[in-house]
Amino acid sequence: MTAPPDDCLARNEWLCGAYLTSRREILWDAVVQHLQLTVVSVLLGLVLAVPLALAARRRRWAAGPVLGVTTILYTVPSLAMFSLLLPVYGLSASLVVAGLVLYSLTLLVRNILAGLRAVPAETRQAARGMGYGPVRLLVAVELPLALPAAMAGLRIATVSAVSLVTVGAIVGYGGLGNLIYSGMNTYFKAQVLTASVLCVVIAVAADVLLLLAQRILTPWTRRRS
Amino acid sequence: MNTLAAAWSWLTTPAHWSGDGGIWNRVGQHLFLTVVCLLISCLIALPIALVLGHLGKGGALAVNISNIGRAVPTFAVLVLLILTPIGGHGEWPTIVALVLFAVPPLLTNAYIGMREVDRDVVRAATGMGMTGRQLMLGVEVPLALPLILTGVRIAAVQLVATATLAALAGGGGLGRIITAGFNLASTAQVVAGAVLVAVFALIVEGLFAVAQRLAPDRFCGEGSG
Repeated sequence: MTAPPDDCLARNEWLCGAYLTSRREILWDAVVQHLQLTVVSVLLGLVLAVPLALAARRRRWAAGPVLGVTTILYTVPSLAMFSLLLPVYGLSASLVVAGLVLYSLTLLVRNILAGLRAVPAETRQAARGMGYGPVRLLVAVELPLALPAAMAGLRIATVSAVSLVTVGAIVGYGGLGNLIYSGMNTYFKAQVLTASVLCVVIAVAADVLLLLAQRILTPWTRRRS
Repeated sequence: MNTLAAAWSWLTTPAHWSGDGGIWNRVGQHLFLTVVCLLISCLIALPIALVLGHLGKGGALAVNISNIGRAVPTFAVLVLLILTPIGGHGEWPTIVALVLFAVPPLLTNAYIGMREVDRDVVRAATGMGMTGRQLMLGVEVPLALPLILTGVRIAAVQLVATATLAALAGGGGLGRIITAGFNLASTAQVVAGAVLVAVFALIVEGLFAVAQRLAPDRFCGEGSG
């Protein structure tokens, strides 16, 4: 019989290099799932949020209901949101994506709408005076000017989504959350800490990337400051 | 529709409301956790935020702490706390995690509220010979009250959500009904628990919305100071 190895895994230490090397594939798979869930949810949220925000901007009566419903959705705690979607999606990745889309909608609609509302009336009139039609006005003037506020919303939505994906562990699709969940049940300190730190790293990296994208997309805001 | 009917019949079964794991007991735990942790968080965050806001110092920290709070997954912190020595002490990991996530919105909003008080008003108050203490308590805090209350409202909703998640990590509260439902593979119970949590959260949000609408008028009418 061989003696049990006396490494950091056996001693269940928080920081463990052997964990990183021996579970590299599990960690990688979890990170990939985490990123997929986040990216798909935020993109879907964005696709839905832009028309909603535009509708709320164009039709005054639509603004109240759109903001009201998204605020109510945002108030529902994440675990309850995923649970309410269970009869619709079952234990699937779609359930997690649907829940995250509903959360990001609130943040995105609110920020895009704020950005559109902040476009000065003079600017709009000037564009109209130069012969811009409604579509060109929207695409070439209003949306670019709303971009900084929209990007701020996108950053918050993305960072929140990265953190909320972990709750998806309840249905088995939680990316790094799965590792945290199983690590909790087996009292595996290195796994919980490593997965948690990776979550924060992903969130910060996503935030920085979006900030860079915003700088590139809106050069005029940079020049002013 | 079938699931909804099943969830409804789960909710209307008297046996599910009484007893140790009954709904009333879980509502009580949830309410207790929310109220106690809101009080603790306010006691920690508000004095710091009000003094920092009054002095105009530490702004970067007060504003950025909210972003940091958003990037760190609640679930990860709950599990990490359970694996630390305080994990063995009943509800303490839950309470610590709840307070950690309620403090950032309180700090940020109260700080911004204090800084956004009209500088002319502050100068006028100083010119009238008010001491720093009088200025802070008699002028700045009343004027910052709407934003301070917004912070309390966000924190309260956050607390309800975090307390729900605590069930995933073995804590008490309404989330337990959901996690128990998952363990029993009972979609009806999961949905019923989720409805209870969502209603609880919406009631908390609604109460604060009403309080916020009433508060400013009342404070103006009293003519304090």
